[in-house]
Amino acid sequence: MQDNTYNYKVVRQFSIMAVVWGIVGMLVGLILAAQLIWPELNLTPWLSYGRLRPLHTNAVIFAFGGCALFASSYYVAQRTCHVRLFCGSLAAFTFWGWQVVIMAAAITLPLGYTSAKEYAELEWPIDILITLVWVSYAVVFFGTLAKRKTPHIYVANWFFGAFILTVAVLHLVNSAEVPVTFWKSYSAYAGVQDAMIQWWYGHNAVGFFLTAGFLGMMYYFIPKQAERPVYSYRLSVVHFWALIFTYMWAGPHHLHYTALPDWAQSLGMVFSLILLAPSWGGMINGIMTLSGAWHKLRTDPILKFLVVSLSFYGMSTFEGPMMAIKTVNALSHYTDWTVGHVHSGALGWVGLVSIGTLYYMIPRVFGRNEMHSIKAITLHFWVATIGIVLYIAAMWIAGVMQGLMWRAVNDDGTLTYTFVESVKATYPYYMIRLLGGVLYFSGMLIMAWNIWKTVVGQRPFDALIPALHPANTLAHA
Amino acid sequence: MSDFTHDAWGIYVAVITLVSIVACLVLLFGFSSQRVPVNDVGTTGHVWDENLEERNNPLPRWWMWLFVITVIFGFIYLALYPGLGAFAGKYGWTSAGAYKSEQAEAAATYGPLVDKFLKQDVKVLAGNAEARQMGQRLFLTYCAQCHGSDAGGSRGFPSLKDNDWLHGGDPQAIRLSIVQGREGMMPPMGAALGGDEDVRDVMHYVFRLGGRTFDGIRATRGKAKFDAMCAVCHKPDGKGNMAIGAPNLADDIWLHGATDAAIMESISKGRKGSMPSHEGFLDEGKVHLLTAYVYGLSR
Repeated sequence: MQDNTYNYKVVRQFSIMAVVWGIVGMLVGLILAAQLIWPELNLTPWLSYGRLRPLHTNAVIFAFGGCALFASSYYVAQRTCHVRLFCGSLAAFTFWGWQVVIMAAAITLPLGYTSAKEYAELEWPIDILITLVWVSYAVVFFGTLAKRKTPHIYVANWFFGAFILTVAVLHLVNSAEVPVTFWKSYSAYAGVQDAMIQWWYGHNAVGFFLTAGFLGMMYYFIPKQAERPVYSYRLSVVHFWALIFTYMWAGPHHLHYTALPDWAQSLGMVFSLILLAPSWGGMINGIMTLSGAWHKLRTDPILKFLVVSLSFYGMSTFEGPMMAIKTVNALSHYTDWTVGHVHSGALGWVGLVSIGTLYYMIPRVFGRNEMHSIKAITLHFWVATIGIVLYIAAMWIAGVMQGLMWRAVNDDGTLTYTFVESVKATYPYYMIRLLGGVLYFSGMLIMAWNIWKTVVGQRPFDALIPALHPANTLAHA
Repeated sequence: MSDFTHDAWGIYVAVITLVSIVACLVLLFGFSSQRVPVNDVGTTGHVWDENLEERNNPLPRWWMWLFVITVIFGFIYLALYPGLGAFAGKYGWTSAGAYKSEQAEAAATYGPLVDKFLKQDVKVLAGNAEARQMGQRLFLTYCAQCHGSDAGGSRGFPSLKDNDWLHGGDPQAIRLSIVQGREGMMPPMGAALGGDEDVRDVMHYVFRLGGRTFDGIRATRGKAKFDAMCAVCHKPDGKGNMAIGAPNLADDIWLHGATDAAIMESISKGRKGSMPSHEGFLDEGKVHLLTAYVYGLSR
């Protein structure tokens, strides 16, 4: 607990829990994928699809993704500011508070307590705890930035900062609700306004929690692992501002062809298309950072994770704007194409960049130079990548097939296929999806073993804060 | 813009939108031309965490074009389609209008086909192969979710092919069931009959009426209660009353389960059933074809 060391304790805690919750959340995902094939697996009400589905999304996004973001943002903020984390006790509160939120979700969602807002299902007492944890997170993060020794704020911290601030606003606005009993509340909004607020929240949860936050990760761990400078400072600036500004408008594309007024739908679509270039800016900046170090991709599995995650990021952020076009959306909406799109982002981008980050960070915060087994990382990489490809290809085919079956019309004006026929035709793809999920999940188990072997027997370790690079002091002397 | 009735809201939305899109371009071109000093190794000179540095390569040309093209597309789209607040767009397109015109187009295409059948009597139509096929397709779209793909029903949802009708099986009754819907209501009789034993007695009397194996002593005990409490709706012979949707209890067809436990539950706790109304949802032609199809199922 000295000022000349970094606070690695909270990073260690969040890193380990990221892996634990990753395994839990993905296991629930596997159960859901199996239930879609074998509905008999809906054994009890509290293990039924309808209750496990929000548990899966909350666990992978907010428990796995959230812990990975807390861990990496605390690690990156300290190291790029050359100071110990601001207010260690508050940082400890964010860890324990966040774990309580996750546990509360894991109990209340299967019991059926839900506010029925997608990705914001948790009821109002938990919402209040989330708010407390999040405000503390902001204090710790921005407090650390405020006392930094470096003259400039590193680009990764811009993205982490935007993520923390925006998620606070999103959560407060969308979760505004009127409590009725301890575990029941009603939204403060009604009808189409409620839907619009919900998807303003929902899409920005994607944009800021699942994109900006993880771009922050990318901006530190790719140049670190590749040992190359970031490709372009001005590309960082342009795509950062364009990204965080444009994302705010894109929510209505979730409500195409609904009661939402036409003008709002159009704006959602137009800004989703304009979002393509700002999104790709991050991919370009990350991948081009490897200039002069491409050969490292052959041998370094951590770099493989990080760079392939950017490829999936590029794919998803191309696919997203395309699906936001109303004509395309008319085919894709309500089909498994959407599920495929989400998972190419979730498994491919968010999952792989987090895994790469954890493989970089965990040995370092436990006082080791590298993971126990590099071969196991390589194996994890291939198992996970094949898993993703199987998953998303199956869902693309299934989704387009469903969309086409639903709109097929006979010569007499009646529908060619009944809904249940489209379900029946989807079974083979559900099997392939399950297989992809099993592969991805096995990768997580390999990771858990590797991390166990890496950290077992290690003593708590806080690295010394190194001296500021002379270039900084020279430039600002 | 129905929630924001004042004209100013439309202008507000339009101005913010246009300024925002232009701001994207200003950002793009402002920074693409800005010179940030770089040192002789090509980095900005800032170093974080021992070795983190930044180059300042120019924005990729193709990427800038991509950005500009999406912005131009945005302007064109918003000129043609509704988006800029109250401005309707050059095409005057609305989703409600598109829906109406697609409906009109479908009516023009398929209307004559259906009109041909509308003129025919249901009983005749039931024998027409083409009408039956259309009816079946409609049935699979609108009815199969509850009544099953084979119209055989399932627990709580009546079979439509066993010629056992709750509300009548003539064309007029079937049509009415589809258009207006039906509500089934068996009140809970447990308390009125007494206890579980009394309910069981009544059940055995019902078995006697329907020719199912029964316990003679119980059936005798149950008769008085049946006549007093149940016969009002189900009639003394247990054959039911279609006028009020009271099912025939003597035909050994059990909508809510044929086991002793299920039947006792029906008596003591009551049952509810609901066939939704399709008025205004299915047009006259579809109702006519469905009536004929359902009528033909049990013939």
